[in-house]
Parts: sequence; C-alpha cells; structure tokens
Amino acid sequence: MSTLVFLETHDGEPTRGGLGVLSKAAALGAGDVSAVVLGTGVRDAAAKAGAHGAAKVFVVEDDALAAPLPQPRVDALEAVVAESGAENVLFAASVLAADVASGLAARLEAGLNWDLTDLRVDGGELVGTRPALGDTVLVEVGWTSTPRIGLVRSGTFDPVESGGTTEVQDVSATFQDFSTQARLVDHLQEESSGPSIEDADVIVAGGRGLGGPEGFSMCEELAAALGGAVAATRAVVDAGWYPYSAQVGQTGKTVSPKLYIALGISGAIQHKVGMQGSGTIVAINKDPNAPIFDFADLGVVGDLAQIAPKLTELLRART
Amino acid sequence: MGCAGFWPLGTGVRHLDGARPLVVRVTRVKIAVCVKQVPDATVHKRIDPDTNRLDRSGEGALNATDVNAVEEALRLKEASGGEVVVVSLGPEKAMDSLRKALAMGADRAVLVSDDAAAGSDLVATSRVLAKALEREEADLVLFGQQSSDGDGAVLWAAVSDRLRRPMVSQVAELTVDGDAVTGKRQTEFGYDVIAAPLPAVVAVSDAINEPRYPSLKGIMGAKSKPQEVFSLADLGVDPGEVGEAGSSTTVRAVAPPPAKSDQVKIEDDGSGAEKIVDYLAEKRLI
Ligand SMILES: Cc1cc2nc3c(=O)[nH]c(=O)nc-3n(C[C@H](O)[C@H](O)[C@H](O)COP(=O)(O)OP(=O)(O)OC[C@H]3O[C@@H](n4cnc5c(N)ncnc54)[C@H](O)[C@@H]3O)c2cc1C
Ligand SMILES: Nc1ncnc2c1ncn2[C@@H]1O[C@H](COP(=O)(O)O)[C@@H](O)[C@H]1O
Repeated sequence: MSTLVFLETHDGEPTRGGLGVLSKAAALGAGDVSAVVLGTGVRDAAAKAGAHGAAKVFVVEDDALAAPLPQPRVDALEAVVAESGAENVLFAASVLAADVASGLAARLEAGLNWDLTDLRVDGGELVGTRPALGDTVLVEVGWTSTPRIGLVRSGTFDPVESGGTTEVQDVSATFQDFSTQARLVDHLQEESSGPSIEDADVIVAGGRGLGGPEGFSMCEELAAALGGAVAATRAVVDAGWYPYSAQVGQTGKTVSPKLYIALGISGAIQHKVGMQGSGTIVAINKDPNAPIFDFADLGVVGDLAQIAPKLTELLRART
Repeated sequence: MGCAGFWPLGTGVRHLDGARPLVVRVTRVKIAVCVKQVPDATVHKRIDPDTNRLDRSGEGALNATDVNAVEEALRLKEASGGEVVVVSLGPEKAMDSLRKALAMGADRAVLVSDDAAAGSDLVATSRVLAKALEREEADLVLFGQQSSDGDGAVLWAAVSDRLRRPMVSQVAELTVDGDAVTGKRQTEFGYDVIAAPLPAVVAVSDAINEPRYPSLKGIMGAKSKPQEVFSLADLGVDPGEVGEAGSSTTVRAVAPPPAKSDQVKIEDDGSGAEKIVDYLAEKRLI
C-alpha cells in the first residue's frame, strides 16, 4: 500500500498539520510513504519531509502554484498521483487543503472521507475514524476503490521526527484553463494586539450570541473579574466584532486554559478543535440543543445577557 | 482591551447598517444557490443501524449556513436585478425547506429527488448537483459554509471541478463587479482577497450577513412560485453513478464515543450565575 501525503507550505515551511499526518502515515508501517510539496521555492521544505518519514518527496514548482489557491493544486496532484501510483492520498485539514482534497476526489472519481481523527490499517485496508453528527457518534469509515482520499481533522496528529533523508523528484503539471482563473489579489496579515490568549489560565470567549460588538464588554468584564483573557469565534471575528488575534479554532489559536467560559457560542467542530484541551468548559447558551452542551462540563441553558453580568458581580463580590 | 476601531474586514460592521456596495457595476446576475435540508436542530440526530445512513425521517429544516447564502444572493439580486434559484439534492420532503428560501425572496426552487440517489457520498452528490447546475447556466453558484449533518465544508470544490469554473470558498465579504467576483476570506494565515471572473462558484461563511426573516407576504407568495422536482433520468444521470453504487466511501461501523464523565447541564431559573459560582468554587477554579 503506498501513501502520498500533501504537505502544505507557508512562507517556505511545511505546516505542522501536514508533518503530523506524514508522521502518522509513516507510523502506520503500511508500504511506501511519500510526500508532495507544491508551490514556488519549496524545495527546501521538501527536504524536511525526510525527517518525518517520507522516503520520497514529489515537487511541482510552477508559478501557477505561487498563490495558496486550491484549483491549480488539483491539477498538480492529479499529475503526482499518476506519477506515484499512490493508493492513499492524505491531507491535514486546512482552508486550502479541504478544497484541494475535494476537488481531487471529483477529478479522480475517488472516495473522500473527512474529519478523520484516527487512521489504521486492518487486513490490508485503510480504515479511518470519524466523529460525526457533532461528535455524538464515532464512525469507522472505509473506501471501496483507490485512490483513497482522507482529510484529517485539524490538530489531530503531532509531527514526530524519525530521521532519514529523502529523495526529491520533480514532476511537471499541466493546468486546466479554469484552474488558474481565480487570482490572489491581496493578503492581509493581522497585527496581534493585546495579551496573548495562549498563555491565559482563564478564557472568556464570546460568539454571535453576544448580539453585537458591544456585547464583548460583558466578556471583558467577566474576564477581568476572573483575571483572564477574552477570546472569540470566527463568526464574530469575520463580522468585525473582535480582533482575529483573539480567535480560537481551526483557523485561529489553539488554547488549553484551566477554565474556558463560552458565552453565546454554538460549539461548531472548527471552534471545538481550538479549545477542547481546556481543563473545565462552562457554556451559557439559550438553545438547549446547541452542540456545545455535548462537550461542556457545566452547561447553563439561559440568556447570557442575564447571567453573565450577574456572574461578574458575584465574582467581584468574592474578592 | 477594547475592540473599537478594529474591523479586520474593513467594512466589517456593514450588515449592522446594511449599507455596503455589493454590486459595483450593474449587470443582471443569475444566481443558483445550493441548499440542503438537514434534520431540524430539535431532532435528535441518529444513524439508522439498518442502513448506516443518517435517519432523515424527522422534521427537516433549511441548513442554517445555507440561509446566509440565500440572503447574499437576494442582496446581489436586489442591487443589480437578476434571478435567484435554489438547487438541492434530497428527499421529496426537502421541498418544504426550499420553500423557506422562496419565502425569503428566491424566485424558483429545483429539487433533485430520486430513491437511487439516497446514500450518495461527496463525489456522487457533486455529480448530481453539477448536472442540475449545468441546466441553470448561472453566472454565480453560491454555497453555504457547511451542512450541519455532514459538516464537510467541501462540496463546492468537487462541484466546481466538475463545472470547470473558478471557485472561492469561506468568503466573508463578497463583491460582484461587472463580470468578476471578489471575495475576502480568512485562512490559517490571515485574510486573503481572491478575485475570479464570472461564471464562478463561491462558498460563503456564516459571518457574511444577517439573514432576513421571511415576511408573511413572502410566506404566502412562496407557495405559488415555481417548484420543480427532477429525477435522475430527467437529468440524464445513470443511477449506477450515484447513491451507494456510485460512492467510493463506506461506513464500516458506528459506535458511541467514549462518554465524557461528570457533565452537568442546568436550566437557568434565575440562579444560573450562583450555580456557576458554586461549581467553580467546588472545582477550586476560583
Ligand atoms: C474551514 C473552516 C474553518 C473554521 N474555523 C473556525 C475557527 O477557527 N474558529 C471558530 O470559532 N469557528 C470556525 N469556523 C466556523 C464554525 O464552523 C462556526 O460557524 C462558528 O464557530 C460559529 O460561531 P458562533 O458560535 O459565534 O455562532 P453561532 O453558530 O451562530 O452560535 C451562536 C450561539 O449563540 C446562542 N445565543 C444567541 N443568543 C443568545 C443569548 N442571548 N444567550 C445565550 N446564548 C445565545 C445561540 O443559541 C447559538 O448557539 C470555521 C468553519 C470552517 C468551515
Ligand atoms: N444535498 C445537497 N443539495 C444541495 N446543496 C448541498 C447539499 N449538500 C450540501 N450542499 C451545499 O454544500 C455546502 C457544504 O456542504 P458540506 O460539504 O456537506 O458541508 C452546504 O452549505 C450547501 O450549500
């Protein structure tokens, strides 16, 4: 069984997620493991894959791959899958990788299983574990044809260095006309402001249930009473209610405070992956069916506008 | 620490006052919005042990993030003129949910419904949807952020590859300017602004807008708007290419996850704050 792992790069470095999936693929001990790196000026990144278990790294260097856009990557991967004969193609989930994996699945008429939190080999078959329905069931998933495409949930596997060098093989790709029509016209790196939420022992996080940017003052007051920091969901960051530097989740920070208080947050998987390592999770949400109650230690069904200010008052009175 | 003056998307507060230029140069756009009926949030979601598929027998609802996509389509139409059609693959009763989009203001609903399509995975679903979308010849195909029952947040990429159109996903701010779309989206590394010529496929994020509620007039009017149901044969799709036969992924087993111990859930009766304080004190967190 041969496995190909997509290594996403940023500023010339392979991402942690990609190296984690590569390390896992190597640890499965099932056949050849190779990696693929796509972009411009990515050969150095390719060389790093050896240390994480890739015997070979396929590289497609092309200006069409300079921007982090998915469609030309589907073309390039189609060429690399053909060249390598890979039976498994694995991705660490990211905004970019998810689109690449899905586009590739359609292109190759191949099966894609996503949100995998474990992989194993059983009787020569690749088997994935996928928590589904808001993580309320664990599904064991398989594939009935090759290549088998798997998208691993963000933050699942840590990179492990196993030493070793790698052979780099260049592959050239032809690009479909539609694949190169989307263009990156701007990239904005957000300045981080305020204290880092990653070091905080207590985090008070706010979501769309706060009702508007002004709702964050409730989070700030509660956080101050607890000596903690304020965090936010992507929904409110994208809506401009709070800075990106405070965002927790797949495309934000990963935090593990002793106490995480979630105000008006539904508990989507992409938020959960950034805070599930918290010691104690307290959630206030007015919807009794909100998914966050499935993983909160203490869930309070109610209106945060009533409960949060009172909680702040009570905490202040204790000190 | 305050957040005043910090708007990562520049015009991030736009939907609070509703005044942002969605369409710069006026051209009529035909927009197809892919929407899905999912189990209503009040229904306990379960996988049917006989079929290993999601039990869809309970009450259904229009997938929440697809409502954002419908809203965005309506705003574009209101700014430039054009047509909004919602397109879905699902059981016949999914039309009940599509009618919500019609009540919001969409012009037509197209539902592909066929027993042979039940159990379709991503690749099979994308095959059917692409066929239905090809008939529509829309300038812009919109998707929601993710389905609450599948949580893949991936379908658009498969569909756009079949349609051979440029695609932008996770868009939190969308502009249509003449014959091009520009979307701003968040990634793991900040924000990207991506432009593509029409026709294009765009998947929006749940932060893109605050959807309207259907008016009473809208709800009444929805009933008489065109609602077409197509079978696979109508679309020229071979039943062997969809459903389980056309899917390359399988469910081998379903099990409950390891139980999380000591979870407490309470209803606030006015003493919620006190109970939280007691809980935190007991856990020695305060
Ligand atoms: C590729 C990808 C990456 C993503 N990355 C991230 C990420 O990094 N971080 C992240 O957070 N999300 C991320 N998301 C988005 C995620 O899926 C959810 O859409 C998002 O987390 C929802 O934010 P929310 O909980 O604030 O909003 P909602 O889902 O709208 O939830 C608001 C909640 O507030 C409750 N509420 C409303 N009013 C009140 C009240 N008065 N009192 C109490 N409760 C109330 C409601 O019941 C609801 O449950 C990502 C999505 C994708 C597809
Ligand atoms: N059966 C379906 N019919 C039409 N559109 C769908 C269907 N399933 C998913 N979608 C669309 O694809 C988006 C992403 O779905 P998913 O990849 O399943 O999370 C949804 O938000 C919808 O816009």
